[in-house]
Amino acid sequence: MNSPILNLVAERIVVAVVTLLFVAFTIFFATEMLPGDVAEILLGQAATPEAVAGLRAAMNLDQPAFLRFIYWIGNLFTGDLGVSYVNKMPISDLIGGRLVNSLKLASVTAAISVPIALTLGITAAILRGTFYDRIVSIFTIAVISVPEFMVATLSVIVFAVYLGWLPALSMANEVTSIGGLLKVFAMPVITLSFVISAQMIRMTRAAVLETLSTAYVEMALLKGASRRRMVLRHALPNALGPIVNAVALSLSYLLGGVIIVETIFNYPGIAKLMLDAVSTRDLPLIQSCAMIFCLGYLLLITIADLVAIVSNPRLQ
Amino acid sequence: MSNVVEVRNLRVDAKSDSGRTVEIIRDVSFDIAEGEIVALIGESGSGKTTIALTLMGYTRPGCRIVGGNVTLTGQEISNLPERKRARKRGTEVSYVPQSAAASFNPAHKIMDQVIEVTKIHRLMPIDEARRKAVELFKALALPEPDTIGDRYPHQVSGGQLQRLSAAMALIGDPKLVIFDEPTTALDVTTQIEVLRAFKSVMKKGAIAGVYVSHDLAVVAQIADRIIVLRNGEIQEVGRTQDILQRPQHPYTRELLEAFEPAPHARVADRRDEPEMPLLAVKDIVAGYGKVDEGGNPSVKVINKVSFELHRGKNLGIIGESGCGKSTLARVIAGILPAAQGEVLLEGKPLDRDLRKRSRNDLRALQIVFQSADTALNPAKSIADILARPLTFYHGMSGQRREARIDQLLDMVHLPRSLRHRRPTELSGGQKQRINLARALAADAKLILCDEITSALDTVVAAAILELLKELQRELSLSYLFISHDLSTVKAICDEVAVMYAGEKIEQLSPDIMGSEAGHPYSRLLFSSVPKLDTGWLDSLEQDPRVLQAYSRR
Repeated sequence: MNSPILNLVAERIVVAVVTLLFVAFTIFFATEMLPGDVAEILLGQAATPEAVAGLRAAMNLDQPAFLRFIYWIGNLFTGDLGVSYVNKMPISDLIGGRLVNSLKLASVTAAISVPIALTLGITAAILRGTFYDRIVSIFTIAVISVPEFMVATLSVIVFAVYLGWLPALSMANEVTSIGGLLKVFAMPVITLSFVISAQMIRMTRAAVLETLSTAYVEMALLKGASRRRMVLRHALPNALGPIVNAVALSLSYLLGGVIIVETIFNYPGIAKLMLDAVSTRDLPLIQSCAMIFCLGYLLLITIADLVAIVSNPRLQ
Repeated sequence: MSNVVEVRNLRVDAKSDSGRTVEIIRDVSFDIAEGEIVALIGESGSGKTTIALTLMGYTRPGCRIVGGNVTLTGQEISNLPERKRARKRGTEVSYVPQSAAASFNPAHKIMDQVIEVTKIHRLMPIDEARRKAVELFKALALPEPDTIGDRYPHQVSGGQLQRLSAAMALIGDPKLVIFDEPTTALDVTTQIEVLRAFKSVMKKGAIAGVYVSHDLAVVAQIADRIIVLRNGEIQEVGRTQDILQRPQHPYTRELLEAFEPAPHARVADRRDEPEMPLLAVKDIVAGYGKVDEGGNPSVKVINKVSFELHRGKNLGIIGESGCGKSTLARVIAGILPAAQGEVLLEGKPLDRDLRKRSRNDLRALQIVFQSADTALNPAKSIADILARPLTFYHGMSGQRREARIDQLLDMVHLPRSLRHRRPTELSGGQKQRINLARALAADAKLILCDEITSALDTVVAAAILELLKELQRELSLSYLFISHDLSTVKAICDEVAVMYAGEKIEQLSPDIMGSEAGHPYSRLLFSSVPKLDTGWLDSLEQDPRVLQAYSRR
């Protein structure tokens, strides 16, 4: 590794940090603009103006918004996420368990859907134009077109209500055995896999198809390489960049975009926590959740970009 | 002597985009003896590459062998299962592609790709394969043969890649090597080196070869026999000498004639009147990136170029790829504003930036680009494409404009019925004529022709040159003719400027483009153009010091 690639990597990381700051700014002032005053909500309708003013002073709410933004950012960097307005618990405690739950769901979904999606995408590209390719294409388009709440609701009706095989609600905290784990996770994982696989299959197929039509892949064939070698050794390494990007984009959905799935299955994840925070106007909690989603997203995208940079010998 | 290849009544079908089946190879039969090099000559679409690929038991997607036999070293291969065909590729027959740059996988090191054939077919241990590859690199006169394999494809030049791809083809000791236009993308001075390397390696190993090309002069240097193809049919087969000197078939004669277009008949000089030059270019400096206070761009492409062009005369600009000749055209046209110097049209300075020039200045100076495919909007009809400059420059509309479009089509010898077609429905030559008609629509005084015949087949290109001459006689136009092809320039220009590395090296009359050129680079360039003479390459002697000094490889 020499300097140009290090420069590119450094540049990418700086861009990620700047983006994160920008998002923090946006989140803070967007939540600022939400209607309603926290102190009034907390004290209820019977509060006296003096009590409200006192609470506002105690919560630093009387200071200019920009100053509070600086405090907040400073605290974030020291790992202090603040205290929930509603139940006075440290936000890191509130989020901790929920984040683990969400990550559990995300990793199980990723572990299942990424290999399946890549295999389907690559094989569909190799067998382009065949019956198999068409089936895969129709399947992915169908899955993309059906919204996830539809998939989720239908699977609840079929598996939980009619067949009674699976629980309708996913109470992850009550799991004791592996069988129980499978049962709890089955429906959310299936729903989420459907949503994120389709994108990955299509992008992978397109990326592999593009490299398969290049002169160097034809050259590999004319050197006597088997189709397997042609695809694995010559086409795939050059399709890696776009594929990793597609995977990262799909996976980032597993953090922030799971609100619907977590709500329908009543899964105690971080998206559900954020939803509850919105309804109770718990600003620090909303801000922290949003920052976590953004951080996860940036992390995935940055990793994908780095993989694309490192896997391209032209940049070395 | 037994035959390495026997092709009998070969027929290949192709499925077009609209789903129709077209026969692209019709009843082709030929043999190749051991150690013999046979050239397949033809224009684009003549099926030469398709035939060459069938010798490997391969057809491009959409194509299919529907009849006949292809026998390779005594075995019929057109009906073998894929696995058995793959076993022959690289070991019995191998392939040197047209664009080595595209045919090397950017993700792997060169050595790994060169010795891949030995890995696939388990021919020898890796160390032995590497040693053999290095020997081939030496035989092909590649620089740093011991370490060049450790580089990635983007780290070596086009000429080197082309020779490396020959090493890749030869590593498995094939009986037959297929060269598919291997020097077409190279500069003439590089081409010589590559051709020499190919020739010596093939001769040493007594390997049979198929050399696919559209360039008769190149083929004359390397092939024993020539097969002339057109529309998927063999027109004529013969020994190289015979084809060049005693062509039987009218089509072969046409090809030979197109190779040497009639030299430009010059208009008698009327020196009595001291005429203002039509175009004067003075000390142009141009390039890309930020321009500093001294007027020097960070990447300088053109350095202090000056010339004059008189009315009714043509100036050729020649040079190898990357010498700045196309950039010069863009600077004159104002697409890329110059950093220093000025451009005068009829004595009047033109603004460096296209956007600040008057409409009349724009009209007088038109540019025609190399690729008509990208220069013509595929969504517009021919009539729309020609109507635009008529409205823009002359404010024409209605009947007058329609009549003028018909006139323009007549001028470029295209049927008027083409006006409702779209560019994609036209052939390459037709598209280039429309491209030219668009410049004529503006009533230009000077047309900048940027490699306008380079993408065309020889016969079509010759016809375009004829058209240019005819238009010049009728409309007293002037051309600034940019090309890398010396014979085209010779055919149309009164004066030729030679460029190298962004500088004008000298300006001379095309008549003395031979040995009398003053500058050593001009001599090198002119002597590198292949001639229709089988002994040309072997007898060619070039000063190695000059070659070294002017090679930016």
